[in-house]
Amino acid sequence: MLEDKDRIFNNIYGIHDKSLKGVMARGHWDRTKEFIDNGRDWIIDQMKASGLRGRGGAGFPTGLKWSFMPKENDGRPHYLVINADESEPGTCKDREIMRNDPHTLIEGCLIAGCAMGANVGYIYVRGEYIREREALELAIAECYDAGLIGKKNIHGYPFELYVSHGAGAYICGEETALLESLEGKKGQPRLKPPFPANVGLYGCPTTVNNVESVAVAPTILRRGPAWFKGFGRENNHGTKLFCISGHVERPCTVEEEMSIPFRELIERHCGGIRGGWDNLLAVIPGGSSVRMVPGEDMIDCPMDFDSLMAHKSGLGTAAVIVMDKSTDIIRAIARLSYFYKHESCGQCTPCREGTGWMWRVMERMVEGRAQIKEIDMLLDVTKQIEGHTICALGDAAAWPIQGLITHFRPVIEARINSYSYRADDDGAVSMQAAE
Amino acid sequence: MVKIIVDGKELEVPDHYTLLQACEDAGAEVPRFCFHERLSIAGNCRMCLVQVKGGPPKPAASCAMGVKDLRPGPNGEPPEVFTNTPMVKKAREGVMEFLLINHPLDCPICDQGGECDLQDQAMAFGMDASRYAENKRAVEDKYIGPLVKTIMTRCIHCTRCVRFTTEIAGISELGLLGRGEDAEITTYLEKAMTSELQGNVIDLCPVGALTSRPYEFQARPWELNKTETIDVMDAVGSNIRVDTRGREVMRIMPRINEAVNEEWISDKTRFIWDGLRSQRLDQPYIRKNGKLTAASWSEAFDAIATVAKKTSAGEIGAITGDLASVEEIYALKLLMGALGSTNMDCREEGSALDPSLGRSSYLFNSTIEGIEDADALMIIGANPRFEASVLNARIRKRWRTGEMQVAVIGEQTDLTYDYHYVGAGPDSIEQFINHAPTKAEKPMFIIGAGAFTHKDGAGVLASLAKAAKSLGVIKDGWNGFNILHTAASRVGGLDLGFVPGEGAKNTSEMLSNTDLLFLLGADELDMMKRTRGFTVYIGSHGDVGAHHCDVILPAAAYTEKSGTWVNTEGRVQRGSRAAFAPGDAREDWAIIRALSDVLGKKLPFDSLAQLRSKLFEEYPHFAAIDEIAAGDETGVENMAKGKVGKLGKTAFVSPVTDFYMTNPIARSSAVMAECSALANGQKLEAAE
Repeated sequence: MLEDKDRIFNNIYGIHDKSLKGVMARGHWDRTKEFIDNGRDWIIDQMKASGLRGRGGAGFPTGLKWSFMPKENDGRPHYLVINADESEPGTCKDREIMRNDPHTLIEGCLIAGCAMGANVGYIYVRGEYIREREALELAIAECYDAGLIGKKNIHGYPFELYVSHGAGAYICGEETALLESLEGKKGQPRLKPPFPANVGLYGCPTTVNNVESVAVAPTILRRGPAWFKGFGRENNHGTKLFCISGHVERPCTVEEEMSIPFRELIERHCGGIRGGWDNLLAVIPGGSSVRMVPGEDMIDCPMDFDSLMAHKSGLGTAAVIVMDKSTDIIRAIARLSYFYKHESCGQCTPCREGTGWMWRVMERMVEGRAQIKEIDMLLDVTKQIEGHTICALGDAAAWPIQGLITHFRPVIEARINSYSYRADDDGAVSMQAAE
Repeated sequence: MVKIIVDGKELEVPDHYTLLQACEDAGAEVPRFCFHERLSIAGNCRMCLVQVKGGPPKPAASCAMGVKDLRPGPNGEPPEVFTNTPMVKKAREGVMEFLLINHPLDCPICDQGGECDLQDQAMAFGMDASRYAENKRAVEDKYIGPLVKTIMTRCIHCTRCVRFTTEIAGISELGLLGRGEDAEITTYLEKAMTSELQGNVIDLCPVGALTSRPYEFQARPWELNKTETIDVMDAVGSNIRVDTRGREVMRIMPRINEAVNEEWISDKTRFIWDGLRSQRLDQPYIRKNGKLTAASWSEAFDAIATVAKKTSAGEIGAITGDLASVEEIYALKLLMGALGSTNMDCREEGSALDPSLGRSSYLFNSTIEGIEDADALMIIGANPRFEASVLNARIRKRWRTGEMQVAVIGEQTDLTYDYHYVGAGPDSIEQFINHAPTKAEKPMFIIGAGAFTHKDGAGVLASLAKAAKSLGVIKDGWNGFNILHTAASRVGGLDLGFVPGEGAKNTSEMLSNTDLLFLLGADELDMMKRTRGFTVYIGSHGDVGAHHCDVILPAAAYTEKSGTWVNTEGRVQRGSRAAFAPGDAREDWAIIRALSDVLGKKLPFDSLAQLRSKLFEEYPHFAAIDEIAAGDETGVENMAKGKVGKLGKTAFVSPVTDFYMTNPIARSSAVMAECSALANGQKLEAAE
């Protein structure tokens, strides 16, 4: 279990002083100039050594990502963009950071900006996050006043930071759609390649990072990469904010060590599963976009990228959605299908047409008003969407359904059968079919 | 050049190629909907998926991936791409199924049927049956103008139309509204599109979502005869295909000619065809007691012969119109020569262009393709957007690269690109006459009818020629001195020297002061000035010329005859007959030949072939079809020797005041009338 002294976000619940003075008292904004003076290569080496993997969902090594930015400036400005469009269902970690510990993010921006040669940073905040944006803007104003960032600042590295507010579209959390939206266009993902590190915001080299990935950077530098690497299993290091929701006694957002077993995470922070461990049905361990894992497989699974990958799922944003046996699992996934149908940008064919199709079939499966063979058809449709789209929303829409069919096919079959049996006794249903 | 292996076949392709182009080069067919060579890459239809060896375990969109984006194999072997693996086949079937689930099965009532990309590709790459059992989506049709009909349920969201209008036509009126499966293509608040190139979205639309409104439910593509010919609506000479059923022209489509129109045509070119059916002159008429009455050919000829006998050669004149082909102008020239008159003019609008200066003095010397090399452009007295819409698209294409600056002297209108406005009239040219050479390497002038029909036309042209020399518009290896004509017949007429001889009368003098005047399709004249004399009108439509003449000889329209036209660059192009002229109407050259016999001056040819061989003998360059005869270099030099005089302030005005009404065929077209009313209504609205 993570001890309090090892917590990076020491005001995640907002119980301490949020002002710059209070933050500094807790150790933030300390020795920042020293890190900046050490230069970008040093920062990137430290980040690589820490083993930090991106906290936005894909788990790409952060240090490596920063190193992709061109070393030589070809006349185009470099940009740092912070993806604070946290819209993944179940995820509420960046919200807490921006609301209660915004200075970790601002300091991280300065350091990340320095590491990639960017003098301008944009934080793209989700449309619904009004208070979070206010808190963030307040903190940024404090930093400007204190000369921590800005054209001329005490760190000797000019850095401007702007907050941009989204309009509430899930797809704008996809990095290239986010850039489009930031440029004032309709949020639709761009084709890759070219990748943003080469042609990003306004056609300039850009790196898009998740809030948490950047916010942990200053503490990693302060305490050294070895400290950070000390947590978690090989290749899955550090501390992580987990957002546990669903059928636990006390849902919460909590910073924990990577690779903490699921049972320990729940027992220690959430007061256990509602109705006891026997009542656990399934868990979606990384936000709505990953495949679910049945309860029995989940109980002793370490919460990190690789072990969840072994269960054909993923850590994603570490938004752990717990479902007990009272859950109508088909209905739960159907609701997610509706979400993806609603949030598809409509740009490319498989996602635009396929998400609606999957949702409609799912709605019928909830009632059982389907045929057994349609389960395989639905699985095939998800396979036809997966990997055929411009961005990962198509994959994200397909995976929950694939998870459902993989693990709960008997439940779907039973639902369909019970509907058919009812049809024998109940005239209404057969009349419907006859029409 | 990059090496790549496609389906086991190794080939070398240029660096900038996409995988799709490389696959095409290798002979592998790759289906696509959103990809179009002349538009930006959207990569959203996902139909062109291919498998890349060593890449991620999913197919890649070949239209969006460059050959340079691929990495060589571990031992440096060229990257390998497959278009025929099971993975690719399955992916294509999947995308096709997705496209079809919400596409209506209304092919039997769809105008696109038979030439539909979706139909063809569904046959080639789709599955045999659908697994979709839900309700299909229905989308309300949108009003986007009188030319383009929408059936939006059929839309597959390829966004070709959106990209065309924003990138090439230069209007951002079409867009994709909404998101997900509710995304719809529409104009904002369903306003009509204002582009003069909007008809091209009909060709671009791979399905039947955007179809031609005038052609709605008229014909099926397989019952049409297709004739490749040349457009005469402007002096660009767009290459077109005329589709006919029986005698009727059913529609007009573009042909690809990279040097002229790429693959676009203007709306006037495309939708003119209903004008070919109305107001037609289908039999000769003679004016009796002030009223035109139907007559036979011999009666009409006799009436002319009677007048001609009494008239002295100096009192006979001939004016050719905007749509005439080289053959008939030549025949008329021979007839005038036989009658002993040099009163002739092909410059209906009364321009100051003088063919005696040399051919380069009246041509678009840099050629239309040359616009893509230019790095500076000054437009003088022209509104290319409406005088030569397709050429304007080429200017916009060059401007969009950011490598060409544009300046304008003349009317300050929306040309679909930004420009530096210099001034309105000839006085703005003065500063350039003794100017230092520009820094631009290939500067260009485009001089429009507003300049050379200006009242000081000759002085304006002389001053421009001087300015061109001093600015470096003309220098070794580059001639950017470009005349932009507005009429298809003009360069042909000037090439033939169909201009007044020494001391003879020009257009306006002939109009007011001749006893016998032949009008060969000349309809843009102010006939109120013709207060005396006998007028013979040879033409196809009952327009200005026909209303004011004494004898009408009905002739063929441009789709009804084989003829040669020379475009503004001096490119000789041959049109073919797609249909027959109505009633007793005959081809123009044949009318002139028959008339010459009646007048006792029989011309020395009995067929079009004989006419042509005589024409080619005298003017060999007309025999070189699709080519531009090398012009003499001295034309502009000679022009620069002209007298400049005082350059006044009277502004240049384009003769094209109403794009949709510039010739007798257009004025007979109901579709053009509707467009014109709409455009004028918009103008009024803007003025209020």
